[in-house]
Amino acid sequence: MAERGETSSAVGNDAAQVPFTSAQKISKRPKYSRFTQQELPACKPILTPGWVITAFILVGVVFIPIGLASLLASKRVVEIVDRYDEDCIPQSFKNKTLGYMQDDKTNKTCTRSLVVPKLMKSPIYVYYQLSNFYQNHRRYVKSRSDQQLRSKDGEWKTTNCEPESLVGDKGPIVPCGLIAWSLFNDTYKFSVNDTRLDVNKNNIAWDSDRKHKFGSDVYPKNFQSGGLIGGAKLNSSIPLSEQEDLIVWMRTAALPTFRKLYGKIEHDLEANKTITVTIQNNYNTYDFEGKKHLVLSTASWIGGKNDFLGVAYLAVGGICLFSAIAFILVYVLVPRPLGDPSYLSWNRNPAGRWK
Amino acid sequence: MGRGRKRQHHFGRIHTSSSGKDSFFGEHFLIGGPGFSRVVFCNDPDCIEAGNQKYASNYVRSTKYTLATFLPKSLFEQFRRVANIYFLLCALLSFTPMSPYSAISNVLPLVVVIGVTMAKEIIEDWQRKKQDIAVNNRKVKVYCDDGVFNDTKWRDLKVGAVVKVEKDEFFPADLILLSSSYDEAICYVETMNLDGETNLKLKQALDATSKLQEDSDFQNFRAMIRCEDPNANLYSFIGTLDLGQEHHPLSPQQLLLRDSKLRNTDYIFGVVIFTGQDTKVIQNSTAPPSKRSKIERRMDKIVYSLFAFLVLLCTIGSIFFGISTSHDLDGEFMTRWYLRPDDTTIYYDPKRAVVAALLHFVTALMLFSYFIPISLYVSIEIVKVLQSIFINHDLHMYYEEGDKPAQARTSNLNEELGQVDTILSDKTGTLTCNSMEFIKCSVGGTAYGTGVTEVERAIARRKGSSLDEGMAGEEVHTEDKTSVKGFNFTDDRIMNGNWVNEPRADVIQKFLRLLAICHTAIPEVDEETGRISYEAESPDEAAFVIAARELGFEFFERTQTSISVRELDPTYGNKVERTYKLLSILEFSSSRKRMSVIVRDEEGKLLLLSKGADSVMFERLSETGREYVKQTKEHVNEYADAGLRTMVLAYRELDEDEYSEFNEAFTAAKNIVNADREEEIEAVEERIEKGLILLGATAVEDKLQNGVPDCIDKLAQAGIKMWVLTGDKMETAINIGFSCSLLRQGMTQIIINSETPENKSLEKAGDSSATAAAFKASVLHQISQGKALLDASRESPDVLALIIDGNSLTYALEDDAKDMFLDLAIGCASVICCRSSPKQKALVTRLVKLKTGGTTLAIGDGANDVGMLQEADIGVGISGFEGMQAVMSSDIAIAQFRFLERLLLVHGHWCYRRMSSMICYFFYKNIAFGFTLFYFEAYAAFSGETAYNDWYLSFYNVFFTSLPVIALGVFDQDVSDQLCLRFPLLYQEGVQNMLFSWSRILGWALNGILSATCVFFFCISAVETQAFRKGGEVVGFEILGTTMYTCVVWVVNCQMALSINYFTYIQHLFIWGGIIFWYIFLLAYGAMDPDISTTAYMVLYEACAPAFSFWLITLFVLVSSLLPYFIYSAIQMRFFPMYHQMIHWITNDGQSDDPEYCRLVRQRSLKPTTVGYTARYEATSKRFEEVEVEEE
Repeated sequence: MAERGETSSAVGNDAAQVPFTSAQKISKRPKYSRFTQQELPACKPILTPGWVITAFILVGVVFIPIGLASLLASKRVVEIVDRYDEDCIPQSFKNKTLGYMQDDKTNKTCTRSLVVPKLMKSPIYVYYQLSNFYQNHRRYVKSRSDQQLRSKDGEWKTTNCEPESLVGDKGPIVPCGLIAWSLFNDTYKFSVNDTRLDVNKNNIAWDSDRKHKFGSDVYPKNFQSGGLIGGAKLNSSIPLSEQEDLIVWMRTAALPTFRKLYGKIEHDLEANKTITVTIQNNYNTYDFEGKKHLVLSTASWIGGKNDFLGVAYLAVGGICLFSAIAFILVYVLVPRPLGDPSYLSWNRNPAGRWK
Repeated sequence: MGRGRKRQHHFGRIHTSSSGKDSFFGEHFLIGGPGFSRVVFCNDPDCIEAGNQKYASNYVRSTKYTLATFLPKSLFEQFRRVANIYFLLCALLSFTPMSPYSAISNVLPLVVVIGVTMAKEIIEDWQRKKQDIAVNNRKVKVYCDDGVFNDTKWRDLKVGAVVKVEKDEFFPADLILLSSSYDEAICYVETMNLDGETNLKLKQALDATSKLQEDSDFQNFRAMIRCEDPNANLYSFIGTLDLGQEHHPLSPQQLLLRDSKLRNTDYIFGVVIFTGQDTKVIQNSTAPPSKRSKIERRMDKIVYSLFAFLVLLCTIGSIFFGISTSHDLDGEFMTRWYLRPDDTTIYYDPKRAVVAALLHFVTALMLFSYFIPISLYVSIEIVKVLQSIFINHDLHMYYEEGDKPAQARTSNLNEELGQVDTILSDKTGTLTCNSMEFIKCSVGGTAYGTGVTEVERAIARRKGSSLDEGMAGEEVHTEDKTSVKGFNFTDDRIMNGNWVNEPRADVIQKFLRLLAICHTAIPEVDEETGRISYEAESPDEAAFVIAARELGFEFFERTQTSISVRELDPTYGNKVERTYKLLSILEFSSSRKRMSVIVRDEEGKLLLLSKGADSVMFERLSETGREYVKQTKEHVNEYADAGLRTMVLAYRELDEDEYSEFNEAFTAAKNIVNADREEEIEAVEERIEKGLILLGATAVEDKLQNGVPDCIDKLAQAGIKMWVLTGDKMETAINIGFSCSLLRQGMTQIIINSETPENKSLEKAGDSSATAAAFKASVLHQISQGKALLDASRESPDVLALIIDGNSLTYALEDDAKDMFLDLAIGCASVICCRSSPKQKALVTRLVKLKTGGTTLAIGDGANDVGMLQEADIGVGISGFEGMQAVMSSDIAIAQFRFLERLLLVHGHWCYRRMSSMICYFFYKNIAFGFTLFYFEAYAAFSGETAYNDWYLSFYNVFFTSLPVIALGVFDQDVSDQLCLRFPLLYQEGVQNMLFSWSRILGWALNGILSATCVFFFCISAVETQAFRKGGEVVGFEILGTTMYTCVVWVVNCQMALSINYFTYIQHLFIWGGIIFWYIFLLAYGAMDPDISTTAYMVLYEACAPAFSFWLITLFVLVSSLLPYFIYSAIQMRFFPMYHQMIHWITNDGQSDDPEYCRLVRQRSLKPTTVGYTARYEATSKRFEEVEVEEE
């Protein structure tokens, strides 16, 4: 593209370059610099066997301890997972889940017993886990108004929230949008040996959310007052910044199966103790065939229970050590001068045009 | 010419160049008609009529843009690229609700990319603008009132103005010469900038205006010029000058063109007739055909296949999306009730799922736009400009003597330089210096001159069978003992005036005098040293005059009518000045192959002095003048064998009657208007050039340029084929072929020559169609014979060389013969086409280019190579002394042929390597990124939600990954330049396109998919649903996005670090800087108000950085996604090394400094090279061995 202009003017340019008198002729000799002569100091890494083997061993040596540590940390985490969605539907409603969920009169209380397999040290985190729930669906993710959540002034900024934005003539819904509207509303009550276990629901949301994203002067308004009730209702006298369940829920999950923090039990639980959980099974996951789990878990430095990272580290570390050994063997068993030209690819595979 | 500014001369009607003056009278009736409407009011540029004419201003603009047109024009240029249109469309669509990301985040990268490209355009244009300003602000003296000339800027010059141009100044516009400092109103003009010819041209004003020699004379000067409209024809001009009632015809003889230079003349007066855009020079400047490299063409294909792939992905996504959307609502029953499918917009409406799916398709197209690297084109442009700068600044390609650096005139073709398969080279000025050296002569049957020519040396080497001669090729260039350029003659019998003692001193005197007189050169006296140099039409002619000077016949002054020579008087032994009256010049032409002058010497004798080619001169000798014919012929043949250019000199005396008769006929012939004029003149000339007396012959060496054999040898070792296309005759061409090792003993020469005796006799018979048919039959026969030889030689190690002359080439290039011809030519190790016309050169180039499919490079220096340069994939111009024509139409200009070695083997190889790695890597990084988006889609019900924050997306291509790629494209070197030259076969990586083969491209694409797979699945498996840190928090949408993105940035940058061969601090800065910048960006962006940072708010500071698992995941994903590549390259390096990797091994083992080992490697890794002195050396040693074996 560029050369067109250059050449169309070439005649004129050259005239310009020729000085008027030869006396003032300036040498066109290019100035020396390491940059323009492409002689910048550089290291030229070559994958010599030494380097390759060293790299493999290094990775192996670093990865295997990390893998062991991660695996150990994951193993130390005690986790109780209980799926309750199916068991908490009375037998008679098995095929009419929608009616069961929507009917205010049905009893949705459900009691479960969980056995603690090992000593669980405080804090024990209580999660609910939903699956096949697309919190990352584009329509869903976009259906919120951050301005409205942040401050009172943004109350009317509800354009993204359709169809949960306004209620007739009563003004905007606060918090508006599908995410808030579909707020999870199962509740859990725990007891061990008939002693109630308190669930601490404070500080379950990120600080930054509470302090900066959810306003302390924003109060729920017209929430769940439309025709169709989605999920939980909110206490309209508590500002959003203190509605931690909502805040946790509003941090949408990345994947269709996700856990959300419900609260913390700040008591150690002895092994083999039985925990009785009283569940209010309000939330409808039956329509989209989603499962509901209740999860009690401790956490280690690596987080919750997941062996993947540990195993993966061990595997890769193992592969590397194995490769290192393989390369050493090759090096010992089949030594050859490295610069042996008979290995040249086009000696063996000559180009067709030549004999 | 310095002495006596005005000398009285007769009006130069004798001088040849005045001949054109009246000859075009016939066409002057056209004036005033269409195409001939221009009216110029001389010396009255401001009059009202002139104002009505709407002349162009003399402001010349070479810039592409003006302030007003810049925006629309450059934008238009930008969006001619399909990819850019696509991105523009995405940017526009991003304002609709279909967009998966915010509009601004999508527009910004486009703006940045377009902005950078436009900034580059502005910078380039600004360079041109600066030149424009310099040119337009030059000063010229323009007539103002009261007989005064004032300095005026060129840009303000108006049509009709009278200007005074002084010695060595450029003409500011196209002028009509009115008068000059000479009384005959002649002036000399150098037109190097126009047509590249270095010789001076003579221009002459009309009689009517020639007396206007003083500034004040113009006070009352008024005239009107009517002439043709502006056009591009440099060599024609028609007009009339109306002076009062008189009409004087104007011809090109009075036209002084812009950008040519006044020489040897103190000043001239002229009237401006064409200004600015109307000048012939500017009308003439055309854009050369724009060429694109093979890599770029393939890259376009990759872009298109990526588009296709993208559409496929979008289709898959849309189908899934449509299905899942249609399932959302079953009558009144909502499955995914949280999406409110009962009350939705068209984009998610389950009732119209098909429409929703179609709209989703658009969304997906925008989302997956990250598959196409938006910054690809701009990065490539930046890289290419920098590569060109490297070429331009390479000190190894700077020619000290001519003060000429290499010049990449287009940056488009850098990487193509690494793929050249066939070089088509001109000979004169390209392989040879085009500086002729007078080296031998034969006078009166005696051969003089003891100098040894290059070719003789080569032949001597060829004949000698010592083993190390082949390797001694480097020392071919012995330094010249004589310091005089163009003169390499040593023979004490003649030099220093010793010739007077020779037996035929009178003949020698005449011989030397002829050399001093019979030419058209112009002497230039250096005023300080008194040394005389010559301006001649051709270097041979200069060589003759110089030889005459060096041998004591110093030609020092030429006027219109006389030639003055300082010569040695044999009787007194002192120098005398003799002036010969120049009566006629019978010019040289390619059909006549001779030139003559008629002079009257001081004694009043009329002499006809002639020099010309042997073929025409011997037959013009008189019976009495044939005394030395036999010896001279022998000498001439010897000289030609030695690769020298010969010229035969002869003379005769004329008597007065004969001359006056001739002169009458000659003048009459010159004044003929019609098309027969040339023929008529030739006929007249023919009549007088006969009955000559032979004096002798000269031999001039066409010197090979420095380092040519060496360079050809290297190129041959690199597997590049070399064809020589020359206009020279067969013997010369073959000689040059020998001297640069393209031919050698033991090579079977297939000579296809139409000048066989049978053909000649046919030609004489004159039946043209029969001749043509016979010619063709004979050519076809010869070609098929050659083919048979070729087939036979396939089994034996014999090497063939094809030599074909231009006449045969005409037939060989015809449609029915050309395939066979090409087959033959490709089978031969060297091909030499001699006596080929510019057109044929271009045709051969095209044939090779189209039929072999390989990349062709044409190299040449003269105007006759222009067609070939433009036709070839790459045209390389030699910016020698022949002027600018070839350079103007070339893509890359170098000063010497030998620089080709470095240009191809080093720069070409590097550029090819860089560009191919860069493009592969570009696609790799975008596929790696794009696929993570696609995988996430699959986990988000294909709803079109992105895993990443909008700004991460948009900065990916622009900030976090683009600079390392550019650094790769600019700096990477697989092996150093010395090693490139030491192992020329490395070049085959480019010729066989090993680094940019589809398998390699596909390999990188698969690597990209693999990386994306590792990143995505390892990330989601590692964080799944559980808490990801001690505080029990789980991974949300934003944390997963950030984690994945961090992994992608690491993987992509480290992949680059792993595949790079050359790590300068700049690479370190860009690669590690890119990664660090990502963290800094994340911190800074996360610290912004949540309204701006949205999902990135505090994400690193609060959530990721304190979590061990974040760092562990990054490390694990990084290592595991690079591991496959690492294992692959370790195995490849170890077991299947490519050639550059072999060289790495060798260097690593420290064996590259061991010449014997390198030679061994070269031998074993090489296809046998067929030409070049290495091949010659090997052939010789093989024969030697065979002989030894036989002896045993």
